[in-house]
Amino acid sequence: MSLGNLLSGPPSIVAAGVDVFSDALRAQGAEVADVDWRPPGFGDPADLAALALDARRAAANRTAVERLLAAGSVLVDVRPAHEVIGLADRTLLHSGPPLTWEAASGPMRGALVGACLFEGWAADVEEAEILLSTGAITLDPCHHHRTVGPMAGVTSPSMWMWCLEDPVTGGQAFCNLNEGLGKVLRMGAFNEEVQARLRWMRDVLGPVLSKAVRGSIDAGNDPLDVKAVLAQMLQMGDEGHNRNRAGSLMALRELSPSIVAVEGVPSSDIAAVLTFIGGNEHFFLNLGMPTAKLALDAARNVPGSTMLTVMSRNGTEFGIQTAGTGDRWFTAPANTPVGLFLGDYGPDDANPDIGDSAIMETYGIGGFAMAAAPAIVRFVGGTVPDALATTERMYQLTLTENPAMAIPIMGFRGSPTGIDVLKVARTGWLPQINTGMAGRIAGTGQVGAGLVQPPQACFEQALTALAEEARTA
Amino acid sequence: MSPTAPSGAGAAVSVQLRSGVYADSVKLMQVSRRIGARDGVSAVLVAMATPLNLELAAGMGLAPEGDPSPEQLLIAVRAEDDDALAAALADVDSALAERERSTGSADAIPHRTVGAGLDELPADAPALAIVSVPGTYAVAEAADAIAAGRSVLVFSDGVPVEHEVALKRAAHDAGVLVMGPDCGTAIVSGVALGFANVVRPGPVGLVAASGTGAQQVSCLLDMAGVGVSHVLGVGGRDLSEAVGGLATLDALAALDADPATERVLLVSKPPAPSVAADVASFADGLSVPVRSAALSAETPDLTAAVEALLTDMGLDVPVWPSRPGPAEAAVPGAVLKGLFSGGTLADEVMLIASPVLGGIRSNTPLEPGLDVGTDLSTSGHLVVDFGDDALTVGRAHPMIDPTLRLEAIAELAASDEPAVLLLDVVLGYGADPDPAGALSAALQAARAQKALPVVVALIGTEGDPQGWSRQADALAAAGAAVFSSNAAATRYALDLLGASA
Repeated sequence: MSLGNLLSGPPSIVAAGVDVFSDALRAQGAEVADVDWRPPGFGDPADLAALALDARRAAANRTAVERLLAAGSVLVDVRPAHEVIGLADRTLLHSGPPLTWEAASGPMRGALVGACLFEGWAADVEEAEILLSTGAITLDPCHHHRTVGPMAGVTSPSMWMWCLEDPVTGGQAFCNLNEGLGKVLRMGAFNEEVQARLRWMRDVLGPVLSKAVRGSIDAGNDPLDVKAVLAQMLQMGDEGHNRNRAGSLMALRELSPSIVAVEGVPSSDIAAVLTFIGGNEHFFLNLGMPTAKLALDAARNVPGSTMLTVMSRNGTEFGIQTAGTGDRWFTAPANTPVGLFLGDYGPDDANPDIGDSAIMETYGIGGFAMAAAPAIVRFVGGTVPDALATTERMYQLTLTENPAMAIPIMGFRGSPTGIDVLKVARTGWLPQINTGMAGRIAGTGQVGAGLVQPPQACFEQALTALAEEARTA
Repeated sequence: MSPTAPSGAGAAVSVQLRSGVYADSVKLMQVSRRIGARDGVSAVLVAMATPLNLELAAGMGLAPEGDPSPEQLLIAVRAEDDDALAAALADVDSALAERERSTGSADAIPHRTVGAGLDELPADAPALAIVSVPGTYAVAEAADAIAAGRSVLVFSDGVPVEHEVALKRAAHDAGVLVMGPDCGTAIVSGVALGFANVVRPGPVGLVAASGTGAQQVSCLLDMAGVGVSHVLGVGGRDLSEAVGGLATLDALAALDADPATERVLLVSKPPAPSVAADVASFADGLSVPVRSAALSAETPDLTAAVEALLTDMGLDVPVWPSRPGPAEAAVPGAVLKGLFSGGTLADEVMLIASPVLGGIRSNTPLEPGLDVGTDLSTSGHLVVDFGDDALTVGRAHPMIDPTLRLEAIAELAASDEPAVLLLDVVLGYGADPDPAGALSAALQAARAQKALPVVVALIGTEGDPQGWSRQADALAAAGAAVFSSNAAATRYALDLLGASA
C-alpha cells in the first residue's frame, strides 16, 4: 500500500478548519492551502454524512456523468406534437413541475388560453378560461413527455416540434419552435398578432422545416449535429441560454440549403422562413434545450447518484429531479428573477421564474458558462471578471467538466457540468441561472431578462430524499 | 442628431434618434434604469430603434417621428420640468460614455470544500488533507480526500465511531489512509502535522493510536540519536473492537512498503486484546520488523519499549536527560496527584503506579469503578487527563490552554491533603510556546503554600520551538524534578511516596 505517493516526499497539504495547524505548517516551510470551509448551507448533518459515506455515490455519480457526457444530439425530424409524442386532443403541455390552472401564474394562464384559441377549442378568452378552469383541458409537464419548452413551454397538439435523437442511446427529445421576441405565446401573450404568427408557424414554417430536414436526410446527408453547434457557440460568445446569436446563425447556415431546396412551396414562403429564422436570435434555444434534455435523460435512474437531471419552473413553482430519485419532483415556490427590464417595465411587472430552459444550466452551460459570453456578462453583476467568478463558483457545485463544451477564456476548460446536490448543500452556493422574464399579467409578453437562483428548499427536499434512499439501499 | 420635443401637459419630453452609435441591449437597459431612477424623471427609454423597442416607446407615449432605422439609438425621456430633463439627458451621455470597472475576480473564489482544494493539486505529487472542522461535518471533508485518492488526517473529535469505520473501509479500498478522527499527531516525510516535535529524520516508522505516546517515543528516539521516517497517527479508537485496527493495518503496510522505513514501532493506549492479536499476526507477515509499544498491564512502558528497540538496532541506551531537582521526601501519608494533558501519558502513569499504590481514581480510569467523572477534587490517589473530551468541550486542548490545570494546582495547594504532584509538559509544534512560563509561577506559589514535591515529565526535544533544556531549567528553578521519560518521572514520584515500582 503506497497511500498514493504520500510517503515519497514532503506533502502538499489542504487544510479545512482551525488555522493554528496551517500556521505551524507554514512555519516549517510546508505547502499549505487553506479551504474557506463554512458549515453547510443546509441539510441535516446526519443526512449529509449518510450521503458522504454512501458507498454507491462515487461510482453512481461517475456513471451518471459518463452517460451525460457521452450523449449526442442530432436533428432527425420536425413533426406536429400530436404525431411525434402522441399529444392527445384537449391536452396541453407546460413547463416546469406539475401545475393546475388554479395555481398557474399570469403568463402561464395567458399561454394556455392562447393555445386553446390557437387549437380552436375556444372562440374567445372567456371560453378558454372556462375550459381550463373546469378541467376540460388536461395539463401535463413537458418533461413527462421527453419534451422541454422555453418560458411557459405551452405545447399543443398541432404545434410543430424539433425531434432530436441521441445516436448513443437512441433516446429522443422534443421541443416546440421558437416564436421570436416580444409578444409571444411563451411569454404569456395571446393576442391576434400572436395567433397569426402561430398559424403561420403551423402552416408554413413547420412544414417547410420538416421537408427541409427530412429531405436533407433522405438525400443522404448527415443529420444536423446540434451538440456540435452548441460547442461552437461557446467559442463564439454565446452561453446557450440568454444568448444564442451565434447558434442561431449557424443553424440558419446549416438549414438554409435544404430549406431553399424544398419543392412545392412558393418562393415567398421560403423567403419568409429564412427571414423569420434570421431575425430571431433565440431560434437555436429550442434546439439547444432538447440537446441538453437528451444528455440529462441519459443520466436518469442511477441509484445512489446525487446529480441533478432536471431544473425547471412553471411560473409558480421551481422543481428539480435527481438521477438517484428517478421521476420524483422536489418543488418550492419559484423566485423572481432580478435583472434588466425592457422599456419602462420594472421589478413589479416580472413574473416568478418560469420555463424548462434551466435545462441548459442543468447541462452545465447557460449561467454556468457565463464566462463564455462576455457580451451579456452584465446580467451577472457587471463585469467580465464577475462572469469568470460565476463560472469558477459553479465548478465547485459540479461533478465534472464537459470537454465538449470548452470555454475559451477559461483556458478552454470544459464547462462545469453535473450539478451535485451534496456539493450545493456543502458550499451553500445555489446554481446560477440566466433567464428571460415574462410579464406577471397574462398577455403582457417579455418584460426583461436577468438572473435567478432556485429556491434552496428544492435542494433541501432532494437531499433528504437521497439520504433516505442511501440509508435503505 | 434630431431632437424633437413634443410638449405634454406639465412635462418636459425629449425624443432623440442618434446615428452611428451602438451599445448592446444590456448596457442600454442599465442606462435606462439609471436615468429612470433620477428624481423628476417619469419615463425613459434608451434603446436601439428596433421595431419592438419603437412599439415599447409608443406604448409609453414617446414614439419618435419619422422613419427610424434599427441602427439608430433612441433616447426618449419624460421629466417633470426642463431642468430635470436637461440633467437627465446629460446623465444619459455620461452613462453611455462610462467604462465598466471590475469589482470581482475569478481568482478570489475560495475553495469551500477539501475536494475543491485537492482538485488544484498535481495528481502524482504527495499530498494530504487535514480536517479540523466540527466533528459533525468532518466526515464529508474526509470523504472528499478519499474520493480524490488522498490520505487525510482528521483532527476533529466527536466523529461517530460508525462514521470512522465507514471512512476507514473506504480509505482502505481507495489505497489511502485515514489518520484519526481525534488524531493530533503525525509526521509525514519530516512535515509535522498537529501536535508533533522536531525530531531528526531516520529509519524508524511509528504507527500511533496515541498522540502523546507518539511524541514521547519520537522524542526519546531523537535523544538517542535515532530519527523517524514517518509518524502515522491512526486515532485513539483505531485499536478498539469497533474499529478493529483498520488504519493501523494499512499504516503498517504502508511503512512496510516505504524504503525509508527500516523498523516500525506501534504505539498505543491499551488496545482491545483481540485487535492487538490480529495486528500482531499481521505484523508478523511483514518484511519490516515491527515492535509493539502498546500499553497494558502486562507490557513494558513506552520508555522500556524504546530501549528495547534501540537494543534491537544494536545501539546503546543513553542516559535519558533529566533535572532530578531537590531531594525531598513527601509528607507521610501523601497521595499521588497526576495532572496530565496527554491521555496516553496518564494511562502509562496509572499502569506503572497501580500495582504499588492500588487503585487510582481518574476521569479516564483503568477500571470503571475508579471513575471520578469530572469531579477533580477527589481525595486519594488521582490521575486526571485534561485532554479528555469531557474537559475540552468548548475550550482548547490543555497543551494550548493551561487554565484548568493551573486552577487544579492552586486547589491542590489550598487543600490539606498531603501529596506528590506529577505533571506532563508537552513541547513541539501546536503546543504552548512557553508552557514552563505559566507553570513555574503556579508551582512556586503552590510550594510556598505547602510541602508539595513536584515531578514533571517534559516531552520534547532540543529542536522544538520551546527547547527541552530551556523549559527543563525553568521548571527545575521552580522546584520541580524534571524527566524526559514519563515512566522515569512516575517512578521518581513513587520513590518520593516511599513506594517503589
